[in-house]
Amino acid sequence: MTEMSFGQALNQALVLALEADEGVFVAGEGVGVSIHQDPNMPTHGLLERFGPRRVRDTPVSEAAIAGLAVGAAAMGLRPVVEIMFFPFITLASDMLVNHAGKLRYMSGGQSRFPLTVRVKAGVGFGAGSQHSHNLEAWMAHSPGLKLVWPSNPADAKGLLLGAIFDPDPVIVVEDMMLYWMRGQVPEGDNRQALGRARVVRAGTDCTLVAYGAALYTALEGARMAAEAGIACEVIDLRSLVPLDKACLLDSVRRTGRLVIVHEANRFCGYGAELAALAAEEAFEALKAPVRRVAPPSIPVPASPPQEGFFKPSAEAVAAAVKEICR
Amino acid sequence: MNIPAWTPELQARLYQDMLLSRRFEERIVEMAKEKGRLPGMQILSVGQEAVAAGVVAALTPRDVIVSNHRSHAHLLCRGADPNTLMAEIMGKATGVNAGKAGTLHLAVPQLNVLMTSTVVGAGPPLAAGAAFAQQYTRSGAVTVVFFGDGAAAEGSVHEAMNLAGVWKLPLLLVCENNCWAGAQPCRVHCAVGDLSIRAAAYDMPGRAVDGNDVEAVYRLAAEMAAHCRGGRGPALIEARTYRMRGHGESDPQHYVDPAEIAAWSRRCPLKRYRQKLLDGGVLSAADLERMETGAMRKVADAVDFADRSPYPEARAALDDVWTAAPAL
Repeated sequence: MTEMSFGQALNQALVLALEADEGVFVAGEGVGVSIHQDPNMPTHGLLERFGPRRVRDTPVSEAAIAGLAVGAAAMGLRPVVEIMFFPFITLASDMLVNHAGKLRYMSGGQSRFPLTVRVKAGVGFGAGSQHSHNLEAWMAHSPGLKLVWPSNPADAKGLLLGAIFDPDPVIVVEDMMLYWMRGQVPEGDNRQALGRARVVRAGTDCTLVAYGAALYTALEGARMAAEAGIACEVIDLRSLVPLDKACLLDSVRRTGRLVIVHEANRFCGYGAELAALAAEEAFEALKAPVRRVAPPSIPVPASPPQEGFFKPSAEAVAAAVKEICR
Repeated sequence: MNIPAWTPELQARLYQDMLLSRRFEERIVEMAKEKGRLPGMQILSVGQEAVAAGVVAALTPRDVIVSNHRSHAHLLCRGADPNTLMAEIMGKATGVNAGKAGTLHLAVPQLNVLMTSTVVGAGPPLAAGAAFAQQYTRSGAVTVVFFGDGAAAEGSVHEAMNLAGVWKLPLLLVCENNCWAGAQPCRVHCAVGDLSIRAAAYDMPGRAVDGNDVEAVYRLAAEMAAHCRGGRGPALIEARTYRMRGHGESDPQHYVDPAEIAAWSRRCPLKRYRQKLLDGGVLSAADLERMETGAMRKVADAVDFADRSPYPEARAALDDVWTAAPAL
């Protein structure tokens, strides 16, 4: 194990993948020469190390970047492309939704699309709603696409490696607020299977589910609830598609309560799927209504107090837990 | 640049490819009139066969093709099996894509007809990706993408042309200008009358050709493919042709002046080439008759094969979304 930042862990995954497989290439806007000069940026130093054949700066052209990934994957390469900010994925969405997710199916299983799309996400850096808008529910709703969302440096490396070497299209969401977070990261290839959640805090009274940066809001809410004598079990989802139903349902059946935390808009958000899953498959175990702690259905505001209002707080998590544990 | 000398074999192939495509789609026209006979939409390339035949004949088997709605001629000219194509069009289990593609999304990766998209204008970015892989692996092959004059208005086409121009990808863009985008003629949907000039904006050669002259299409495609293969980047062909049918078979073409259809009918690529081959003594009337009979038999066999084939199990709809993940 080595201590490093989340961004450096992602960088290690990219380095390992580029070293391990000649078919891996990295492409996107500024993945080679960047406007940032920060070793915590995931693509830092890749161009110098692997050269312009493997690390390709592209035009500002999200449809072409995503099309590049789909077409090159169909030919047997393992593209790793970057979409700079989550809201820009709308520009790439035809290539992802209608092509990456569907072409294998429509070929009758003859084609494969082992591509990875890295996308930077997050709320809390004051950029406003065209740079902050978590659209995981759009992608999760589209068949054929997988989606993972690491919350710590070890998972950042392991899940990105798992995505790159997965045989299907995977979107890896990187919470920008976590890039500088430090943690212990295993040496070498620690690729993780997709579709597995992890219990990060054990508890008996209420299940809290979150992913990415929202996990830390959930953990802080759990700590506050513990002060009131409520023991929360906290699950880091890690993989939204495929979803680890067993982990979630097992926890809910033991605690009888579920609170979901995410930074995407509440209405039709990913949490609605988790709430429906609990209602459909663990209804008999539920002792209280499921609660979602998620932003209202407004664009992400830019002004600091309004952005703070938008983002779920640990206090709101603790309040939701206490309310259903009364 | 090596353009093979004309041989009777090549000329016969060009005619035969167009003939099979025409007879195949004419049969679809007939079946589309029978209620409940065919699922989905029938979107055909009747009248445009010279573009498919001329371009595909100019390629090597390793070259990749990305197609669109009007894919039947591209596929048949590439040598796809009419039986499994027709079965796919009918949604049968024996279809070339197991019934998952239907008539609109036919692709035959084994023949390097790698992908077909019916999202208008989506082909060029996909094809740029395939061409990138060819460049990346130094394969010496090229990718050809067929799209229409309507698709030329899509931003994705321009993004792909720009990327291909910047990276000098071995991408041959073939715009089949069939004069109509849905019910809109070119003058309504396109700011320029000559689509081939758009190549200049992306630093690639662009040339227009009579898309109903199969030998002219073949010559230009061979020249442009050689350009792409030589590492000099992408190229654009605008093949000027005509959509003899409506957008789809349910389209009565009420918005088209019948005189326009009649005029283009006189320029039918099959009629023209048949006459040329007869006049030049390349093929005899008996040869032509034999080819006609052969094409008709292939189409009849394909319909028979498709009719006799079962539908897939409904639950097989759940298969093929993902590859089974390898054990980690």
